[in-house]
Amino acid sequence: MNGNPKAFHREDCEGKPRKALRTSNYFRLAAIVCTLFFGFHIYAQVTPERLVGSGKEPQNWLMYSGDYSGRRHSSLDQINNSNAKTIVVKWVYQTGASGKFETTPLVADGIFYATAPDNRAFALDARSGRPIWLYQRQVPSDIRPCCGRVNRGVAILGDKVFFGTLDAHVIALDAKTGAVRWDVEAADHRMGYSFTVSPLAVKNLIIIGVSGGEYGIRGFIDAYDAETGQRKWRFYTVPGPGEAGHDSWKGESWKVGGAPAWNTGTYDPTTNQIFWPTGNPAPSNRGAGREGDNLYSNSLLALNPDSGKLNWYFQFTKHDEHDWDATQVPILIEKDGKKLIAQANRNGYFYVIDRTSGKLISATPYGKTTWSDSKDSEGRPVANKQASPTLEGHTVCPGALGATNFMAPTYDPQTGLVYVTARDQCDIFSTAPQPYEAGHAFYGSAYFPSEEAEPYLGFLKAIDPITGEIKQKFQHTSPTWSGVLSTAGGLVFSGDAEGNFIAFDAVSLKPLWHFQMGGAVYAGPMAYAVDGKEYVAVAAGSAIYTFGLP
Amino acid sequence: MLRALWLGCFVSVALLCAAQDQNPLAHDPNAAKAGEYEFRINCALCHGLGARGGGRGPDLTRAQKKHTHNDAEMFQVISNGIPGTAMPANGTNGQGVGMTDTEIWQIIAYIRSQEAKATAKSTGDAVHGKEIFFGDGNCSMCHMVNGKGGRLGPDLTGVGGSRTRTSLIDSIRNPSRRLAWGLTEATKEFPQEYETVTAVTADGKEIQGVAMNEDSFTVQIMDQGEHIHLLEKERLKSFQKSRESLMPKYDPDVLSDKEVDDIVAFLAGLRAK
Repeated sequence: MNGNPKAFHREDCEGKPRKALRTSNYFRLAAIVCTLFFGFHIYAQVTPERLVGSGKEPQNWLMYSGDYSGRRHSSLDQINNSNAKTIVVKWVYQTGASGKFETTPLVADGIFYATAPDNRAFALDARSGRPIWLYQRQVPSDIRPCCGRVNRGVAILGDKVFFGTLDAHVIALDAKTGAVRWDVEAADHRMGYSFTVSPLAVKNLIIIGVSGGEYGIRGFIDAYDAETGQRKWRFYTVPGPGEAGHDSWKGESWKVGGAPAWNTGTYDPTTNQIFWPTGNPAPSNRGAGREGDNLYSNSLLALNPDSGKLNWYFQFTKHDEHDWDATQVPILIEKDGKKLIAQANRNGYFYVIDRTSGKLISATPYGKTTWSDSKDSEGRPVANKQASPTLEGHTVCPGALGATNFMAPTYDPQTGLVYVTARDQCDIFSTAPQPYEAGHAFYGSAYFPSEEAEPYLGFLKAIDPITGEIKQKFQHTSPTWSGVLSTAGGLVFSGDAEGNFIAFDAVSLKPLWHFQMGGAVYAGPMAYAVDGKEYVAVAAGSAIYTFGLP
Repeated sequence: MLRALWLGCFVSVALLCAAQDQNPLAHDPNAAKAGEYEFRINCALCHGLGARGGGRGPDLTRAQKKHTHNDAEMFQVISNGIPGTAMPANGTNGQGVGMTDTEIWQIIAYIRSQEAKATAKSTGDAVHGKEIFFGDGNCSMCHMVNGKGGRLGPDLTGVGGSRTRTSLIDSIRNPSRRLAWGLTEATKEFPQEYETVTAVTADGKEIQGVAMNEDSFTVQIMDQGEHIHLLEKERLKSFQKSRESLMPKYDPDVLSDKEVDDIVAFLAGLRAK
């Protein structure tokens, strides 16, 4: 714990970048003026305006994907493709946690905030990795995480950081001390509800989507007042009786329809819409019993952040039977005056959507797919009959883990390319009847690795979002779960399953540097700066690794 | 009266203990069917559909199991996992809260029903199989059993307890069809396989063997003389991987069906010391 507010403020002030970094003189002047008028504590407050203008302060990394566009791009260029080979480790922070470490850290004014498995959150000195505070909420023994006791990070707003817990609480912590400021139970964890997502702060709200698609939950996206913890709205991702889309579920199947919302969405302040992706209908491997499109599973939802009302939706995979969550980060891209959303979907297709209307523009395969050989009138790939799981099971590509998954992608405005962690793997999908039991895993059978499809291949792929063309690729030794970061230094950073953290040239995807961290990467990297020095950080194994120039 | 109560308690506890020694659902005709669905959700990812083995986990249709001899031991293995192997304890694989006791017994009922279906038994001569293994078959040049033999291929001491006769025959006749799993790193989804690798160093020296481990920048190779080479890929003239096993194909003109059967009988009869 560090209860010395004076020291905290001094750190804040020193968190500003120096001249080697690409920041506008205008912003620096504004920061100095603000400091003179309002005192140092202005830097402790992360206002909604700062979040909207996060691109103006590249020394900070204020949300999961870096900014509201979901690009995971840093405009810092001190570390670049001419000096990348000299990168060294600056500090390592050991969490003591075990299991998959999926957090994307945030940095605000020199303080480094992150989460770790088993309901941990902590704040570090971003220059040294020394702890400022640690928080851990006791994990009940009867939680139901589907896929590890993971968490992907905090959100920051005002003087608080926010995160969701494995027992389905939303918690606000004091950014200076880690003390609990409010704690709200969003749902009953014994029924399969949990949070693993990094929330998104929009205006004065904390937006968070639930996990639990493997337990027959009824998915939702919540918005909480950041100051009080009061829930302002809830959008059920499975419509109830009388609501539009309810008839896309047979009988009572909507009650256990799944459609979780476990990855962080994006926000367009100009049209005042949040874009939040959703996951699989439940049971994941059995369509019988839930005949229909199963809205709004595997969809992109455009919601009004003030009201939680749905503006439009686009469903990527109708009536999914392969667990192909559409929970990949939707990236906002502008091209020729058009406002677009790009998403490399778990089902193996790269989608481009008009974000003003929700109309599909293109859908192009970016990996090995066998499930579709036709498109509907809107251009959406349609599942062929052979793709449907059977009792004995048969091989479909991509496999259940998908052509990509939660690995955070990046869009580099300098190359105009989207970089995606992708895998070629096919699985045997089987199905069998399974009655719903509350709080019990609800898959409707399962999938198995397909021997005929081995070996499984893992790639970093650079995709032209306009044409869908794969412009470049790097093949990993085995599939990885690492996210990707691009920087203005002409670099792309990603990790691998063997424990390497790698800096690639953004054009050629040739590795320029690597470091063996000794633990597989399941997290997305990020970049920040303190005292005029750029750092790149990533979670691997049980630790946070931070790199910089010598 | 007190004595009678004590006796009653003793009998009850004894009955409970006895109930734990064997599957209480053994004679329930619906248990195996319910267990099949539980098996699919919880076990089949590694042990395969029908419990026939999935590469990562052993075939469970064999009556002889490496780690369990009866229902009670199987219950313990499913509940607690097997230390030192990839077999997790119930409820610790990140897939929720795990199975109830009843569900575990259903799975055991299902596995027993699958054993009954797997009728193929080795009819070979294990003594002759051993002679071939350590003699003309040259198996022991690369494979070890009970501490004797080579290191280039997988240790086969426990293979008889984890794979069926059919699958062992297939591995002898078509070794490249399904490469064996090797090193399991805790952080990786799938273990390293016994892939054949060929590296040519900067000074033109060719090294061929199996990859003990590999990442994008380094490779650790055991060559056919069992020397370990630790190599950085960027310093190599060339580096190639192949899913063609270093193990030769044992066609019927090299080993007759009878001889293969004898080797399988030898392997099936081995018990780890």
